[in-house]
Amino acid sequence: MRTPQTLFDRLWSSHVIAEREDGASLVFVDRHYVQEGSFHGFAKMKARGERMARPDLTIAMPDHYVPTGAAGESNAELQRMMGQLRDNAQQHGLRLFDIGHPWQGIIHVVGPELGLTLPGLLVVEGDSHTSTHGALGAWAFGVGASEVAHVLMTQTLWQKRPKTLRVRVEGRLADGLSAKDIALSVIARLGADGGVGHVIEFAGSAVRALSMEGRMTLCNLSIECGARCGMVSPDATTIDYVRGRPFAPTGAAFDEAAQDWLALATDTDAPFDRELVLDASEIAPTVTWGITPEDALPIGATVPDPASATDPARARHLQDAIDYMGLAPGMRLTDITIDRIFIGSCTNARIEDLRAAAAILAGRRSQVPGLVSPGSSLVRSQAEQEGLHRVFIDAGLEWGASGCSMCAGMNGDMVPAGERCASTTNRNFKGRQGPGSRTHLMSPAMVAAAAVAGRLVDARDLSVPGAHA
Amino acid sequence: MEAFTVLTAVGCAMPRINIDTDQVLPARFMKQPRTMPVGYSPYLFHDARRLPDGSPDPAFALNAPANAAARIIAARRNFGSGSSREAAVYALVDSGFRCIIAPSHGDIFAANAVNNGLLPAQVDEADSEAILTALAPGGVQVQVDLSACTITVAGRTCAFRVDPVARLRLLNGWDEIDMTRRHTEDIARWSAADAIRRPWARIADARPRTIPITPRP
Repeated sequence: MRTPQTLFDRLWSSHVIAEREDGASLVFVDRHYVQEGSFHGFAKMKARGERMARPDLTIAMPDHYVPTGAAGESNAELQRMMGQLRDNAQQHGLRLFDIGHPWQGIIHVVGPELGLTLPGLLVVEGDSHTSTHGALGAWAFGVGASEVAHVLMTQTLWQKRPKTLRVRVEGRLADGLSAKDIALSVIARLGADGGVGHVIEFAGSAVRALSMEGRMTLCNLSIECGARCGMVSPDATTIDYVRGRPFAPTGAAFDEAAQDWLALATDTDAPFDRELVLDASEIAPTVTWGITPEDALPIGATVPDPASATDPARARHLQDAIDYMGLAPGMRLTDITIDRIFIGSCTNARIEDLRAAAAILAGRRSQVPGLVSPGSSLVRSQAEQEGLHRVFIDAGLEWGASGCSMCAGMNGDMVPAGERCASTTNRNFKGRQGPGSRTHLMSPAMVAAAAVAGRLVDARDLSVPGAHA
Repeated sequence: MEAFTVLTAVGCAMPRINIDTDQVLPARFMKQPRTMPVGYSPYLFHDARRLPDGSPDPAFALNAPANAAARIIAARRNFGSGSSREAAVYALVDSGFRCIIAPSHGDIFAANAVNNGLLPAQVDEADSEAILTALAPGGVQVQVDLSACTITVAGRTCAFRVDPVARLRLLNGWDEIDMTRRHTEDIARWSAADAIRRPWARIADARPRTIPITPRP
C-alpha cells in the first residue's frame, strides 16, 4: 500500500535536484517572475559577471511602479524604474508585458490568468504575495533579492523542507461573505507569525466551494500569518480555470497534464504537522482595526482595551495600534468613519471582486473619494464590457489603470498622512499606503459599503433592495 | 560574505511585536540604488524613528545616544514580517547590525538576513523578555556566540536557535552560488529528465485566443 501524501509532499519531491548533508535541498524553479524591484537581483548577477540560466522561464512584468491614477502620471522616477526592467528584459531576452500591452497587470493576477502559472509548478518572485499562485496547486513563494539573483543565475534555490499546516474550513459561508473574510479570520486565529516555517494547505468544503479567484485571495494572504506559501489541492475547479488559457497546453496535451495535476491532490489520511479547523458558518464580515492583519475582528465587535490584555507585550501592541489608528478602546467598529477607499491589489482586484463591489455601489454615491484599480488590463477591459466602470465612476470614484497602486503606495498613489482608508488590500502596517496612512482591510463588498456609508459597516445591511436612500 | 563567529556589541531593545519590513525600510526608499559605503543606512526605520514634524523621536530606542554604537537589536515576536524586501536587511547591515534577537522572525526576512551575514537568533519568550529588560537602560553590551549558540547579557547566558543550514553558512561565510555551481551537471540531468516527466511545465508560445471569463454567478 502506498503511503498517503500531501500536495506539498508531491510538489517537494518533484522539484528536488540534490540534497546536502546539512539538510538543504536544491530545488528547480519552473517560473520566475521579475518586476521593477528585481533590479537588485540583476545588479548582483552583473556584479559577478554571470549570465541568466533560463531566460525562457523568466517573465518580466511592471506592476509595482505603474501609474494607476492621476497622482502617478508623468513621474520621471517611475519611468526610470520601469525603464530599468525593460532594459533588463531586452538585454536578457525575457518575455515582457510592458505598459500598454493588453496583458499587462499585477503579476499575481496575470500569471494565473494567462496560464503562465499552472498546477504543479514551483513559482517564485521577489515579492511576498507570490503565495497567491498556490491557489492553482502550485508551490509559490516570495524571495529576497539575493535569492532572485540565485534564480537568475541557476534557475534553482536551496530550501529546507518546511513543516505543513492544514487549514480546514468546513461548512457554508454566509451569503455576502467572501474569501477575504475567511482569510482575515484565519490570520486573527493563527496570529501574524502563526504560520512561520510552514506551508499552508487550505482545505475543507468552504474552500472547495470557492472560485479560483477566491482561492487566490486566500493563498495571497497566507504570508500575513507568516507562511511563505499557501496552496489548494487541484480539483475540477482548477482544471476548468486553466483550460483554454493562452500559455496552457492544448488538446491531448492538456488532458494528460490535467490528469497529472489532479493526481497531485492531497490523499485522504495524509498527515500534516499541524491542523486548524474553522466552521465557515461562524465567520462574520471581518475588518482590521489595527496595524497588523492579525488585528482583525468581526464588524460587530469593538476596539480592544489594552487594560484587559493579560500579556504586557500584547497590551503594548494594542496601545500602539490604538494610538497610531486614532481610535479609542471600546469604540464600535461601525462608528469608525473613513476618508477614502481603495479597491485593488493582488489580493482583491479580480473580476469577481469588482463585480461584488459594483453590486453594492450600483445606483449609489460614495461619501468619500476613492480609487478603483483593476488587477490586470484584461480584468479592466472585462469590467468595462460589463459596465462596471460606469458604476464606479457614477459613484464618484476614480477608475484607474492596473498595477499594485495604492496598496503599497510605491507608484505615488498614496493615502495622505492621518487619513483613514477602507481598502481591499493585504497590509495595514503603519505607513503602508503612505507615511501616516491608516488602513482598514476588508473585502471588496465591505469597502464598497464603507464608501456608501462613509464609515465601516456590515455590507449586508446595505444590500437589501430599497434599503438605500 | 564575512564569517560570523563571536560578536560583542551594544544591543538595542525594541520591545514590540510584529516589527514589519515596511517599518524597517519604508517602500519609497526602495527605488534608490545601494551605493556603498552609506548604502541604505539613512533609511533605517526612517519613519518610525521620527516624530510627525520630522525631528528624531527621543522615545525611539535607536535614537538614544547610548545606543549609537548598537550592532544588535532585540525585539519581540515576528521581527521582519511582511514584505520580502531585502532592502530592509540592507538598511540594517549598512547601519552596522549583525544580529536580530527575537522569539520569531519572518521566514523571508530570515533568509534574506542570512544571505547578507545578519544572524536571526531565535530565543524563548522568557529569555527574550529577560534580554529586553537587561538592555532597557541603553548602551548595554551583548555577546553572541554562533559556535555555541549562546547569548550573554549582563552576566546571564541563554541559548538561541538558528536554522542549522544558516548557521553553517554564517560561520563559514559560504556563498550559495558557489555551492550551487558544484551541481551544474545535476541540474542539467534533472532538467532533461523533467522535460519528459512534466512536458507541460515548459512555457509554450502563447496562442492568440480569447481569455476564458469567470462567469457571473
